[in-house]
Amino acid sequence: MQVPRYWREQSERYKLVGSKCNNCGLRVFPRRSLCPDCRHESQGQMEEVRFEGTGELVTWTRVHEALSDRELETPYLMGIVELDEGPRVTAQIVDLDPEEVEIGMELESRFRKLGEASESGVVHYGYKFGPVVSD
Amino acid sequence: MRDVFIVGVGMTEFGELWEKALRELITEAGLEAVQDAGVRGPDIDAMYVASASAGRLLGQQQLGVLALDEAGLAGHHVPATRIEAGDASGAAALRSAALAVASGAHDVVVAGGVEKMTDVLEDDATRALASSADMEWEGFFGATLPALYAMMARSHAAEHGTTRDQLAHVAVKNHEHGADNPDAAFPFTTSLESVKGSPPVSDPIRMFDCASPVDGAAALVLADRDTAEQLGGPRVQITATAQASDALALHRRDAITELASSQAAAEEAFAETDHGPEDVDLAELHDVYTIAELISLESLGFYEPGMAATATVKGRTTHGGDLVVNPSGGLKARGHALGATGLAQAAEVAAQIRRDAGERQVEDAQVGLTQAVAGTGGTSIVHVLEGGGEL
Repeated sequence: MQVPRYWREQSERYKLVGSKCNNCGLRVFPRRSLCPDCRHESQGQMEEVRFEGTGELVTWTRVHEALSDRELETPYLMGIVELDEGPRVTAQIVDLDPEEVEIGMELESRFRKLGEASESGVVHYGYKFGPVVSD
Repeated sequence: MRDVFIVGVGMTEFGELWEKALRELITEAGLEAVQDAGVRGPDIDAMYVASASAGRLLGQQQLGVLALDEAGLAGHHVPATRIEAGDASGAAALRSAALAVASGAHDVVVAGGVEKMTDVLEDDATRALASSADMEWEGFFGATLPALYAMMARSHAAEHGTTRDQLAHVAVKNHEHGADNPDAAFPFTTSLESVKGSPPVSDPIRMFDCASPVDGAAALVLADRDTAEQLGGPRVQITATAQASDALALHRRDAITELASSQAAAEEAFAETDHGPEDVDLAELHDVYTIAELISLESLGFYEPGMAATATVKGRTTHGGDLVVNPSGGLKARGHALGATGLAQAAEVAAQIRRDAGERQVEDAQVGLTQAVAGTGGTSIVHVLEGGGEL
């Protein structure tokens, strides 16, 4: 991914920052300038919020065949996580064996390296999800 | 809106066509379609050419003009436009052409589609497929297209009890159909054991659950009723064209065990005709993975949610059943030449309705449906094709 494209989305990927619509209360991830429900009525009403990073596993898979930049990581687990605040994210699932993974289990986010340097030279970091270890 | 007819059909074989360039493929399919229609170059009023990845992989834009030029028609100065909608591009070109005729803007329009996957490395081909999903919020985190469909499959299994065995039945059935298709890239039968024993790609999806990206081209000539009557020859009418969208990322959808865009497109398409799902004799569906065919059958209204798998196992989706699903072999056995696929689907249905399908002819084929999907369902396009009556 190109440097400016990656740089713009750092706060989402590093800190799970999304948006809250102060018109209807809907929380969305990643950030949006318009609420998908209120549309024009949300103009100027979108506030940045940081999500707690805890949620529930909706579905998952174990990836055996990946693109070349992730070939060395296979097999790895991927899932869709529904955050407690509502929005869903697609992320890698870590610190769990496939036998331990269950739809509906509680997970929390981790800050991890997402891959080696791309052609742009930037090493990508961001969220992955694993079992809840903190209180 | 005017009635729209398919008056000519052309298609190359699908497969690893190392010796043929993109421009040769589209010219071969286009020439066959134009000759089948009995029109001549100067009769063509406009061209729409679909390609999902040529701009990205081959660094070539203006594919519409390239195709027009190769056909020797550059001097006629008619409009030629490239259409992109991920791996539903071919169906989007067909829809653009159909709307151009229906609106009265043009009388004779060529819809073509072409993909050249073997000129690039396999990794780039996989990347091209993945780019129909959300690259920033799915792909960046390691989700491939099969990984996303695998997650749909796991949810479908959790909700409906779909089994590994049932998924394999879809592949076996489509290869049985494809074995009779001379244009198919993979014209051989396979077994449940082979599918279930093939290498894992993204659990529960295995290699033989996946459609392979291949080279190929397909083209159709469309015309209004007056032109179709002047041309004579067999006619197939496009009685409905519908397109619907959904969130780009799978995780942004309300439900991930259905394709809401396909459901919306099918509802609109059936509303345009006098038909419901029960009237459809054959359907060319987007079986990019085996789970995709089951979910499509349910979303398009052919079966209740969770009922497509047992129908498939019982032989209700092949010859002699409720309807014949993917008589060509589908994306699985014919091969998935991304931009050409939507047009190859329509070419198959047209051939079936014209009784031109040889060994794989569907008995009494009158009403056919095509469904193309981009990515995990951001776009779905549905067409209904029927016999166009006597001359």
